[in-house]
Amino acid sequence: MAELKAKTPYETVTGGASGPERMEVTPFVAVEVDPGALTSLAPYKGQAKALSTALEAAHGMGLPKPNRMTGKQSAQALWFGRDMALLIGPAPDASLAAHAAVTDQSDAWSVVELSGPGVDEVLARLVPVDLRGHVFKRGHTARTLVGHMSASVTRTGADSFRIMVFRSMVKTLFRELHHAMIGVSARREAAGAG
Amino acid sequence: MRIPGKGLIDETQVSFRFDGHAYEGRAGDTLASALLANDVRLMARSFKYHRPRGPLTAGSEEPNALVTVGEGARRDPNVRATVQEVYDGLVARSQNAFPSTSFDVMAVNDLLSPFLSAGFYYKTFMWPRAFWEKLYEPVIRRAAGLGALSGEPDPDQYEKAFAFCDLLVIGAGPTGLMAALTAARGGADVILCDEDNRMGGRLLAENEEIGGMPGHVWAEEVLDELRDMENVRLMTRTTVTGAYDQGTYGALERVRHHRPRGPLPKSCFWRIVAKRAVLAAGALERPVAFRNNDRPGVMTAGATRAYLNRWGVAAGKSVVVFGNTDDTHRTARDLIAAGVHVPVVVDNRHDAEPQGDYRVIAGGHVVNSSGRRGVEAVEVAHANGRRESFACESLAMSGGWNPSVHLACHMNGRPVWNDAIQAFVPKPGMIPGMTAAGAANGTFSTHGCLEDGQQAALDALSDLGRKAEADTLPPAGDAPYRIRPLWAVPGRGRAWLDFQNDVTVKDVKLAAQENFRSVEHMKRYTTQGMATDQGKNSNVAALAVLADATGRAIEETGTTTFRPPYTPVPIAAMGAGGGGIGFAPQRFTTSDAAARQSGAPMIEAGLWYRPSYFPKPGETTWRQSCDREVRMVRDAVGICDVSTLGKIDIQGPDAGAFLDFVYTNMFSTLKVGRTRYGLMLREDGHVMDDGTTARLGAHHYLMTTTTAAAGNVMKHLDFVSQALRPDLDVRFTSVTEQWAQFAVAGPKSRELLQGLLDAFTPEDWPFMACGDISVMGVKGRLFRISFSGEHAYEIAVPSRYGDSLYRELIARAETLGGGAYGMEALNVMRIEKGFITHAEIHGRTTAFDIGMERMVSDKKDCIGKTMSERPGLMDPMREQLVGLKPVGAVKQLTAGAHLYNAGEEPVRENDQGYITSNCYSPTLDTVLALGFLKNGRARHGEKIRMVDSLRGLDALCEVCDPVFLDPKGEKMRG
Repeated sequence: MAELKAKTPYETVTGGASGPERMEVTPFVAVEVDPGALTSLAPYKGQAKALSTALEAAHGMGLPKPNRMTGKQSAQALWFGRDMALLIGPAPDASLAAHAAVTDQSDAWSVVELSGPGVDEVLARLVPVDLRGHVFKRGHTARTLVGHMSASVTRTGADSFRIMVFRSMVKTLFRELHHAMIGVSARREAAGAG
Repeated sequence: MRIPGKGLIDETQVSFRFDGHAYEGRAGDTLASALLANDVRLMARSFKYHRPRGPLTAGSEEPNALVTVGEGARRDPNVRATVQEVYDGLVARSQNAFPSTSFDVMAVNDLLSPFLSAGFYYKTFMWPRAFWEKLYEPVIRRAAGLGALSGEPDPDQYEKAFAFCDLLVIGAGPTGLMAALTAARGGADVILCDEDNRMGGRLLAENEEIGGMPGHVWAEEVLDELRDMENVRLMTRTTVTGAYDQGTYGALERVRHHRPRGPLPKSCFWRIVAKRAVLAAGALERPVAFRNNDRPGVMTAGATRAYLNRWGVAAGKSVVVFGNTDDTHRTARDLIAAGVHVPVVVDNRHDAEPQGDYRVIAGGHVVNSSGRRGVEAVEVAHANGRRESFACESLAMSGGWNPSVHLACHMNGRPVWNDAIQAFVPKPGMIPGMTAAGAANGTFSTHGCLEDGQQAALDALSDLGRKAEADTLPPAGDAPYRIRPLWAVPGRGRAWLDFQNDVTVKDVKLAAQENFRSVEHMKRYTTQGMATDQGKNSNVAALAVLADATGRAIEETGTTTFRPPYTPVPIAAMGAGGGGIGFAPQRFTTSDAAARQSGAPMIEAGLWYRPSYFPKPGETTWRQSCDREVRMVRDAVGICDVSTLGKIDIQGPDAGAFLDFVYTNMFSTLKVGRTRYGLMLREDGHVMDDGTTARLGAHHYLMTTTTAAAGNVMKHLDFVSQALRPDLDVRFTSVTEQWAQFAVAGPKSRELLQGLLDAFTPEDWPFMACGDISVMGVKGRLFRISFSGEHAYEIAVPSRYGDSLYRELIARAETLGGGAYGMEALNVMRIEKGFITHAEIHGRTTAFDIGMERMVSDKKDCIGKTMSERPGLMDPMREQLVGLKPVGAVKQLTAGAHLYNAGEEPVRENDQGYITSNCYSPTLDTVLALGFLKNGRARHGEKIRMVDSLRGLDALCEVCDPVFLDPKGEKMRG
């Protein structure tokens, strides 16, 4: 019997099956990543602390404060708006449901890793938030805009960010990133050439 | 004329074209300096009288020398020649002249000038009224004007960007450099913006020493230090154009106006958010109004010195200097040192003495200029009235300096008059967080500027909680600014105030005489200050003349309002990235690629794209495809992507109570595994949205909304939860994007699913059932709901499988004689069933109007319930939802058409209702419509007249129940 084939958000909208989208404009790279399971955790009334404890016990990290991310590479908890965190990586432990509304969002978001030296400058074309390295450090996150799109932006390294937009908007995300990347890249080249 | 050995620019030659002629300039030249070096000073024609004009200034305030740069779709009109840098291959041409700047037939306007005074258009073209739009305005617009856009789409790239800093320093003259240096050394994050291509401000234009070295060398040393600091960002060619709330400043960066085409964006519009700002924008020199002061060759003295000292260009072989401050003598000294002949210096101050080897006429005025296409001589009046003429090629004039207060006034603050410098200066605190310093604050000596800049930075550092100490300032000139007011030289003839809009002293006096005495009225009556320079050169002089004419003091007369932007900003830069499809994000469903592959035209539904219909070979119109798709669903099975409907996951112990409060009907009583149709009201009692909500668990519901209202409903739920019912423990999350959902509709839907689902027993899925299923090994959800009136299901899987499942569904449907159907067929089928959409619940209808008042439960309260019971909202004479079928000769019914009683005149007073939706029903072989009719439910069977005044239709139709097909719902329940 045939089986249903999973596609990345970009593969889905292009009808292709060429693997995760990768767009490079020297020196920047934007690549679609599979972060594992995405689960929104919305603690019930007065349950934030208990949820944090359960999360710590099950996945090794507490509930993040606003604009912060907790956890390690394999399992992270991302602040995701008012009274909400996004568990990234593992399938949620059953114990969490006692304290929070637990909702599968694994297919709802398009996740893109953007990297390159001084990549803040690319995002400065699209994101109205101060993302400079000494202000927006590794593990800092914001629910904000990328162009006209509602997004989640997280710094994952000195020169890398994770950007999440609605799955259906992945094409627009890559288009916006491309526009910003070629602009910054051309400026670098012009400055280099004197 | 280039003076060998003068200037700060290098010798690299560049070739450019102006008005079809090839010229050589030097790298670092502006178009204006390069043309002057080539002895070209006629660069434009004036706006109204088409008078020949040359550059008046050397900066962005230039009113005269506007040119068009580039060709074809890339052309850029109204570029100031004083700002445009020359580069190899630059092509520019003059504007507002036909056939050429040197011979312009429209200059006939100048001869008509006695008739074209202030208010001329208002007085003359009043009558006949129709002539204004058809004749006068087009003719006037063609004759008066600036450069034009190409009319083609702009192919260039533009950018928008955000920047953040502790301190924004606006302007990189001595004040700005000192402020930036002090703040940067104090550890603050600094952005220093300057609109010039080279930082230094007036230090590049003057012979001025700082710390024992030429000012421009000092500037370069400071800039070298700033360039090496990580906490400093230098932005050249960047004009801060506006000051906005919360420390936000708009700025336009000219990224690629100074080089040939390439991958660079043309310009970038910045939004800079700064904790503190220093306005160090300097000052602008005022021209003096005297007869024929607009002749090419007449320019401000500051511009004369800038061309000489920075670009090594003399405005002429002999230059007369005219002014009212010591700058007059500085100009004469610089010119003489460069070997330029200065026939005379005219200083309106009676105690003026020569400061070098030149003749001074103290207490004198220049009263007229003469010459063809440029100044050849000026006439001077001595203090005793005696007249004397001097031959010259240029006149350098100065009426003093106006601090650049513009940005300080962008939040509606008014500057204050300072009598000592005869100018307006900013008041402290006009823009929260911004301090004006240096010349922008009325401090005109170099030493004073350095001191001011340092102090402003120290204050900012202290505000930012940083400790800093004042370094010793380098010694610099500190001469006092001695000024005697000089606005307009009395006399006959036309003396220009606003060069760009051709407004003269006489015009302003006429405005006052005709009782346009307020400065705002004068501005609008004369158009003074309304051109692209926004009165930078003329505002203060014009209101000084107005003050004089109305017998008031200048401070009493006041200024007009300063608004952003400081210099013109192309819309293309503000809207960068927003052209074409960049206008809004595009949302694509998981079946989008498959739908496009089968040739479906897509239509927009909010940000989503949905297939309109799926044409088959031989079908030439949308109706053929649509009719086939309807029959296909009614007879076999059809597949439609319904993922765009909003899906909201609702969980919590109080989820049921919460839904009872937002929906008119009960949801707490819904059984797990069942789905119910719900109606939602706004607080004002009108219908907000509808949809089905499924109960997935004891504390777990899944709400669906219409595609259009998904965002609004989510926002509404958030509001209700936070503001109205914070007592309820409930949480919601949008899962619209998580699930790909497809309608499988038609008598063969059951058969299709039987082959597809892992273990499917149709008997376990009665109408309105819902629950988990497994589709080819993937966990999904199934809902037995129908929007077509057929036996139907909606099947949902995680979106990553959407494309795959959709293709599988289509393949299976096709083996059963079915296939895909689009929005057109979906709409036809819901009209046949009388199901409403936002065409009916358009914001002005109530549950009563759509025949659903019984859905407003009387067992509980809900949002909008009380308000929906207001008198009048249940009035039988309200327009109620009805069905309509044509019964006369005209078989067409149209949405938007109005209804009238047969025999009554179709006018507003007789209006009985209107049509909201219409279609051709292939099932019933007739046109159908839904609409609203006064007391409609009681009028089934009645004949009514439809009139569509827009499309010229007049049809007779019969009123009926809005459910045309299977009124008992046997097909969808069965």
